Amino acid sequence: MTKLDSKIPKGPIKDKWTNYKNNIKLVNPANKRSIDVIVVGTGLAGGSAAASLAELGYNVKAFCYQDSPRRAHSIAAQGGINAAKNYQGDGDSTYRLFYDTVKGGDYRSREANVYRLAEVSANIIDQCVAQGVPFARDYGGLLDNRSFGGVQVSRTFYAKGQTGQQLLLGCYSAMSRQIGKGKIKMYNRHEMLDIVKVDGKARGIIARNLVTGEIERHSAHAVVIASGGYGNVFFLSTNAMGSNVSAGWKVHKKGAFFANPCYTQIHPTCIPQHGDQQSKLTLMSESLRNDGRIWVPKKKEDSEAIRAGKLKPTQIAEADRDYYLERRYPSFGNLVPRDVASRAAKERCDAGYGVGTNETGEAVYLDFSSAIMRYGQEQANIQHIHNASDAKIKELGVDVIEKKYGNLFQMYEKITADDPYKTPMKIYPAVHYTMGGVWVDYNLMTTIEGCYAIGEANFSDHGANRLGASALMQGLADGYFVLPYTIGDYLANDIRTGEISTDLPEFVAAEKEVTDQIEFFINNKGTKSVDYFHKRLGKVMWNKVGMARNAKGLTEAIAEIKEIREEFWKEVKVPGSADSMNPELEKAGRVADFLELGELFARDALLREESCGGHYREEYSTEEGEAMRDDEHFTHVSAWEFKGEPADAVLHQEALNYENIELKTRSYK
Amino acid sequence: MSTANGLNLTLKVWRQKNDKAKGQMETYQVSDISPDSSFLEMMDILNEKLINDGGDPVAFDHDCREGICGSCSMFINGEAHGPGREITTCQLHMREFKNGETIYIEPWRAKAFPVIKDLVVDRGAFDRIMAAGGFVSVNTSGNTQDANAIPIPKADADKAFDAATCIGCGACVASCKNSSAMLFVSAKVSQFALLPQGKVEAKERVLNMVQQMDDEGFGNCSNTGACEVECPKGISLENIARMNREYMSASFTADKQ
Repeated sequence: MTKLDSKIPKGPIKDKWTNYKNNIKLVNPANKRSIDVIVVGTGLAGGSAAASLAELGYNVKAFCYQDSPRRAHSIAAQGGINAAKNYQGDGDSTYRLFYDTVKGGDYRSREANVYRLAEVSANIIDQCVAQGVPFARDYGGLLDNRSFGGVQVSRTFYAKGQTGQQLLLGCYSAMSRQIGKGKIKMYNRHEMLDIVKVDGKARGIIARNLVTGEIERHSAHAVVIASGGYGNVFFLSTNAMGSNVSAGWKVHKKGAFFANPCYTQIHPTCIPQHGDQQSKLTLMSESLRNDGRIWVPKKKEDSEAIRAGKLKPTQIAEADRDYYLERRYPSFGNLVPRDVASRAAKERCDAGYGVGTNETGEAVYLDFSSAIMRYGQEQANIQHIHNASDAKIKELGVDVIEKKYGNLFQMYEKITADDPYKTPMKIYPAVHYTMGGVWVDYNLMTTIEGCYAIGEANFSDHGANRLGASALMQGLADGYFVLPYTIGDYLANDIRTGEISTDLPEFVAAEKEVTDQIEFFINNKGTKSVDYFHKRLGKVMWNKVGMARNAKGLTEAIAEIKEIREEFWKEVKVPGSADSMNPELEKAGRVADFLELGELFARDALLREESCGGHYREEYSTEEGEAMRDDEHFTHVSAWEFKGEPADAVLHQEALNYENIELKTRSYK
Repeated sequence: MSTANGLNLTLKVWRQKNDKAKGQMETYQVSDISPDSSFLEMMDILNEKLINDGGDPVAFDHDCREGICGSCSMFINGEAHGPGREITTCQLHMREFKNGETIYIEPWRAKAFPVIKDLVVDRGAFDRIMAAGGFVSVNTSGNTQDANAIPIPKADADKAFDAATCIGCGACVASCKNSSAMLFVSAKVSQFALLPQGKVEAKERVLNMVQQMDDEGFGNCSNTGACEVECPKGISLENIARMNREYMSASFTADKQ
């Protein structure tokens, strides 16, 4: 446990970051020119880091598996980005954003990191506006805000339902400027397949050119992992098809601890699965819960009739609807945090009230009819239309909703062929984000010296549950405003090192490991496709390590995942060759890593004998089904050290100290 | 599992080993496809079948499958992203097709987008156009002025946003008889030209981006408008008109020529 030093600076929480910045070592501009940094991943965290480091003068080599950095999955974030600007004058502050994030994370995050995140959040908005990011504005020309789950202020900045896209294109623009100058060397369609350590320090990576199949060695003075989350361990998730854990897992296998793998966010509002042919789930933004009301029928027979296609939701009288979030959590209502909303949906469906007409029968309604009438009445008042008919009010209201959420409604209709202006949306929870990740200290450095992890790839800021619109905030905070400082403190020791040779034996050995695995896949000639194994893993994860977990299911899952993994290494079939574009070969490597992570994930969930945030253990809950934390035994980060098989991983604990926020039972009632 | 309304389809798919090889259309059958499946899920099923039969799966670009990353790029039955308006290939669903139909699937075809394999093309030219000027030259410092220091009229902000929603998929180029990239380039030029933050470098930006566009081998715009029709994000031709104005005025007045 001696290895886990979080390196939190001393002093009062509000001064920590400022004092830290005043006391770190700097690298002068001339020396920066002789220092190389590798950044793996070009989403909000990696893209902003690559651009900022290049602007500072470092030589950056950036890698992404997509054909362009602009396609990283941050682009799909819909709802918004939080910042403690208090433009609405509704009582927001750095402290309140800090408090909401710690509480939202169910008191399992590191106070100092979260405070720093809240502190730099306002600057992110300034930076993005300066880059030309077109945020939504009001008629006075100033920035508009909306509200997200788990908070009682409006601090979310947005660009319709495409906030992630606009922020990522901002990063991509900043990167493009540096690519044009030659300060970033961009490696598109490249996948990192291993990290190279020299004298214990991260000094490079082995990457595969996904077009030619060539295996390449790249050296640097530091390596930054910004490869996102591992939600695809569930096979079906809202992550991009290519999203994977491999970069994070490879550094884990070379010495970086992996923290809290069991903290997974199941997002409450996704389009329900249509059937067995599905490859991917689609999210409906949390912003919809500003105006949509979630319900299921009060009477079981109504739910049954709906599932049988004999009744329509619009035929169910107001008095026969159970707005269960408003009923259970009156003060936050439909805007409770994601973990709470997801479990409540599962509870209703398990109890037989689900309204899905799909194969699973699992779905609840997200209904905009009250909002349409409310906005319609407001518009009628503004336009001085007295005694407006219900039809007119509805028409006016639809217009308002269309302006606010038009693209999301359109997306829903394209997928389901249902018109959500006329009938409520059907939604169900799906895997969306992973709070766990590579363990990092306050500097965002992993337990491998010189190897950093930022954004969703690390574990540090969201505890056991992330609040909506905070992923974009964390990604950009890490890349624009935190890493550029902390990495300098480390690189200041490298100004005389000179270029790292890729002929070192460490590079040769790492490359051999990579080529051996690729040759194995190509030559194995098994009987089953990669997806066959991925789907089986996903089913075990969803059924036994998903929204509700218990000791029996987790124990079974551990054994089953091991079994699937052993079969995978015997029977996997990868067509094609290694020396050309081969998407199946790429998937094989990623699924191999998911099959190891999945087992560790289940073990982590089994050992955490409490319910907190996204981790819900049935044994540790109240009679009403509310989560029960065990602060006495589990107020710590579980950080796993790799020792061969997932079953041999060694658990280290980082105690979490709450000096500024009192540990309380989280209540949204 | 067989369903009553499952679709049986004939697929004619472009197969090409690499950028040097000659490609050709190959014929495949898929059966019992759920009408609720997306087009790419249908492609997944085809690939699973090809792998199980010992064949080579079809390579195609895809990632988010939500219509926002811009990776997917199939020319289906002679249209970029297939039938349907304002959708990407991944948002196309099989309910748009009839049982027994034959579907033709090709890559984007343009000189500036060479085929890498099967349906995968190289759109690096778009990245190079962006690197030539698709940005505002502002460093990360934390010292930029407050985000609300410059109010921006809502109408301008909304128009800038509409232009900025371009996903860089290249459907505009694939749809254009001249393989012109004007809609893509003009969307970025417009976004920045409409915002005060972008005005400072507006002249250099438009000149440099257009220069790079020409160097990449894209054709000229002849105002046909196919790009606008096929654009999954509904980017308006208005942007091309705005870029032409910006370009003209920059050509006459910029310091740099």
